[in-house]
Amino acid sequence: MGRTLLQKVWDLHKVRTLPTGQTQLFIGLHLIHEVTTPQAFDALRQRGWTVARPDRTFATVDHIVPTRQRQRPFIDVMAEDMIASLERNTRDFGVPLYDIGDERQGIVHVIGPELGLTQPGMTIACGDSHTSTHGAFGAVAFGIGTSQVRDVLASQCMAIEPLKARRIRVTGRLPRGVYAKDVILTIIQRLGISGGNGYAYEYAGDTIEQMSMDERMTICNMSIEGGARVGYVNPDETTFAYMEGRPFAPQGEAFERAKTWWRSIASDRDAVYDDDVEIRAAELTPVVTWGVNPGQSIGVTGSVPGAGGADAQVADALAYMGLSAGQPIEGMKIDVAFIGSCTNGRLSDLREAARIVRGHHVAKGVKALVVPGSVSVQRAAEREGLDATFREAGFDWRDAGCSMCLGMNPDKLEGNQVCAASSNRNFKGRQGSPTGRTLLMSPAMVAAAAITGVVTDVRELVDDVPAGVR
Amino acid sequence: MGAAKIQVIDGRALPLRGDDMDTDRIMPARFLKSITFEGLEQHVFEDDRLAASRSGQVHPFDDPRFQGASILLANRNFGAGSSREHAPQGLHRWGIRAVVAESFAEIFFGNSLMMGLACVTASAKDVEALMSLVDRNPAAALSVDLKAGTCQAPGMTVAISIPDHVRDTLMTGGWDTTGLLIDNYEQVERTAAKLPYLAGF
Repeated sequence: MGRTLLQKVWDLHKVRTLPTGQTQLFIGLHLIHEVTTPQAFDALRQRGWTVARPDRTFATVDHIVPTRQRQRPFIDVMAEDMIASLERNTRDFGVPLYDIGDERQGIVHVIGPELGLTQPGMTIACGDSHTSTHGAFGAVAFGIGTSQVRDVLASQCMAIEPLKARRIRVTGRLPRGVYAKDVILTIIQRLGISGGNGYAYEYAGDTIEQMSMDERMTICNMSIEGGARVGYVNPDETTFAYMEGRPFAPQGEAFERAKTWWRSIASDRDAVYDDDVEIRAAELTPVVTWGVNPGQSIGVTGSVPGAGGADAQVADALAYMGLSAGQPIEGMKIDVAFIGSCTNGRLSDLREAARIVRGHHVAKGVKALVVPGSVSVQRAAEREGLDATFREAGFDWRDAGCSMCLGMNPDKLEGNQVCAASSNRNFKGRQGSPTGRTLLMSPAMVAAAAITGVVTDVRELVDDVPAGVR
Repeated sequence: MGAAKIQVIDGRALPLRGDDMDTDRIMPARFLKSITFEGLEQHVFEDDRLAASRSGQVHPFDDPRFQGASILLANRNFGAGSSREHAPQGLHRWGIRAVVAESFAEIFFGNSLMMGLACVTASAKDVEALMSLVDRNPAAALSVDLKAGTCQAPGMTVAISIPDHVRDTLMTGGWDTTGLLIDNYEQVERTAAKLPYLAGF
């Protein structure tokens, strides 16, 4: 009987079964950042432990860093304290840090792949729920809490229960103007935000196979929004082409040997899954969230639910969003447009958004900002002149970080502003204002909303929106 | 290192109605900027509490009747979203020692176990029955018994579910895992030695 990638990687990294019945799993790569680690390092100091594998631990700063005025010390005393703490901890424990001012700094889920740290067949952990992003390479990647960060620092292992595998096959050609973001939002809407509880999601099918690594990362990134802690795509030639030549990727003959091994860890043809789901790409449309969780979404030409029904949760979400039951989502006024995040802050995302805004201007009264996912993305975009395109259109062009995805830095919504966002969560208060409102959508849709000032079907704005980003 | 053995959680309860309570609501991100977990208990559900008071309502966490509660009653998919341990830390520091819900999000569930916060599930009907009872009688003494697999309240006993390994972990005090993971480090090294990507392929 064939095995899935999940099973193969799991078996290879399993140290033992713990007395509790959980698996002690070796973690091949531990990525850390400023927000979820200070207490973990404190625990190490208190108990006199060291970092077991500083050579397999890499740090950067992303969650709280300002995206402009990055001179130290930061104006925000708590942010300065937090960064200083990571600097001290990484220095004391011998962990490499890609700090502010380093060309390798950026959102942890953007720089891991860029640097070639993220590789097929690895187990990866990071104190952030969007660690599932790295599954795009055929890694098994877990978002963990601070106590587990402590465990991984001290032992390079975590204690975890085995996961079931659900294969989600996306088949067929994506229609014009429908992006990877629309695919994953549709999956979450159909399977539910807790539908993936206890599962790893394997994304398969020809639509996924034809996607670029950036697109696969967008898909895997939001697995957790469907309740699945882990999401992955089997590695293939697209993966290997992305890996080749990256700083931490194997080089020369080692790269050829690596490819052989990477191919071997992909799911077998006759692998058995605990569940199987198919999504037909041809049925998909651009998607917008209307509510307060990522599963509350509709096609851009649709109307919000609640008409004739008295579902308390729907009613609560509509009230928070200031929407009336049955109202069309298209035409809803926005105040802010945010392009960035670990979901959609990569070069191809910025290129696509720039293509939409070129020759247009941000609508009056709309504040629009582009926050590249990493310094590397920023530099590449600047080399192509994308920064100029965005600036001329009236967008702010910022430095790299998580920014307004979660509003832990100065980039926050104010009051009950409505934000068209390329990020991953539309929870109440998510973007830094307790009453702020978030509409999740693809970067192209955010760009379209920015220039019209309202939720807009990107397919109507430009004629040449391609059939998927290729 | 051993931790406290947790077998029975006694106390008053706090009913918090609503599905999909995400960790951004439990602990808004602006309170994650401290390098310690100290003081997080003050900010549990802060924005929801603010919204409730603005609309003339009282959030359960502000309701004087539920102060001092140690058992949180919740509905489906409690703790969805972010992996921030600050969410269960805040609840635990507020005084919550057990959460009885219809279901939990996975990362929240795991994070809670790491600090000995017992997360157990019960049927929707039973959760509603417990919530109604506590609404009527906020002083009711509840008892979550991990070994018996029950939650007892005056006049009713409902069945709770908890995965075997979680129950055993809590009851034996083995929920502080680091020591367990370190104590066989030679075996860890043997596992690592088999990995092609750590050996230059």
